[in-house]
Amino acid sequence: MDTFPFELVSPEKLLISEDVEHVVVPGMEGEFGVLAHHAPLMSTLKPGVVKVYKTDGGEPRRLFVRGGFADVNPRGLTILADEAIPMEELDAAKLDLAIRDAEEDVADAVDDARRVRAQAQLDQLRELRGSLF
Amino acid sequence: MASLKDLRNRIASVKATQKITKAMQMVAAAKLRRAELAAAAARPYAERMERVLANLASSMRDAPGAPQLLAGTGEDRRHLLVVMTADRGLAGGFNASIARLARDEARRLIAEGKEVRFLCVGRKGADILRRQFPGKIDDVISLREVKTLGYSTANEIGERIIREYQDGGFDVATLFFSKFRSVVSQIPTAQQVIPAQIPEATGEDQLNGAIYEYEPSEEEILEVLLPKNVSIQIFKGLLENAASEQGARMSAMDNATRNAGEMIKKLSLQYNRTRQAQITKELIEIISGAEAL
Repeated sequence: MDTFPFELVSPEKLLISEDVEHVVVPGMEGEFGVLAHHAPLMSTLKPGVVKVYKTDGGEPRRLFVRGGFADVNPRGLTILADEAIPMEELDAAKLDLAIRDAEEDVADAVDDARRVRAQAQLDQLRELRGSLF
Repeated sequence: MASLKDLRNRIASVKATQKITKAMQMVAAAKLRRAELAAAAARPYAERMERVLANLASSMRDAPGAPQLLAGTGEDRRHLLVVMTADRGLAGGFNASIARLARDEARRLIAEGKEVRFLCVGRKGADILRRQFPGKIDDVISLREVKTLGYSTANEIGERIIREYQDGGFDVATLFFSKFRSVVSQIPTAQQVIPAQIPEATGEDQLNGAIYEYEPSEEEILEVLLPKNVSIQIFKGLLENAASEQGARMSAMDNATRNAGEMIKKLSLQYNRTRQAQITKELIEIISGAEAL
């Protein structure tokens, strides 16, 4: 199966840069899978888990991302994550911290559009917290 | 002529100073390595971000209803200069050269009849600018308490600037920081962040006629991306600055250590000469005393 270049970057560092066969991305309007030769797509992300299949059908690498962007273009897939933590390193305490941050965002929101966005983030984080731990 | 005791004291004090500058140099060298790594690690994100933005913005810039962060307020009257310096001195010309660049820019803008305000990140720049532009400094953000410079710190500053922008506080925001080239060369740089300066999409990014799909929509993505871009530029500036500061301090302290060494050499020479002269004088006194008998 064809592979494509995949990069996962957070503001602090480049986490993954390799050729992979399949990536599942938690898009704002639903999860989507990216294979080689995917049509150009740009999507915002919701807090969730990115699954990276180095070979399709193999065991995926899982990383928690806290929102950001995915950019699919002919040169591959780039995920710009606000924060990315490998699932092995993620624990309840880190998620709780993210939830607290999100709660502050909701409280600080200056207009309705922003409040809705922050609230959506918060809800997704809570859901994730419930499903993981 | 200084007495022997004076000379001894001076040598001791210069030696103590040399020990301090030497220690500071080594600390700066260690910190520099870490700061350089952090700056290098942050570069990929900023680059990718720029590419994504370039793709997105080229089609949006002239469209009606483009976000203010991209299109501007339509005016160019009130400027916010975000001056990023260190919180500590003893780093050679590091703080002064950033402040000088900001000052020249501010003078130019004022001469053109524009309004200028400052937001200082780092106390040192504020100390210098406060004297020349009293009452124009909105606030000083000190990063003294910040142990490791993270994206969240930059994000806080970014959000604050954007809030002010949306409340109609200013029309144009420019960052001032020092780009890190090498230990001996840091380049004070001005970079406009609001309205966003986005390079044209390069030929490489053309999609061979394919059309991007946007989820949820182009506007909404841009709406989230643009504020993020401001924070990222600030983050990049802060990291570059951190590396530059340590580099500047390292070379400044290296110089200081060398100068102290030279001074010790000179003083020791003077001390030994004086001591010998005194011994000779005493001998002469003894001999001539003996001859007189």
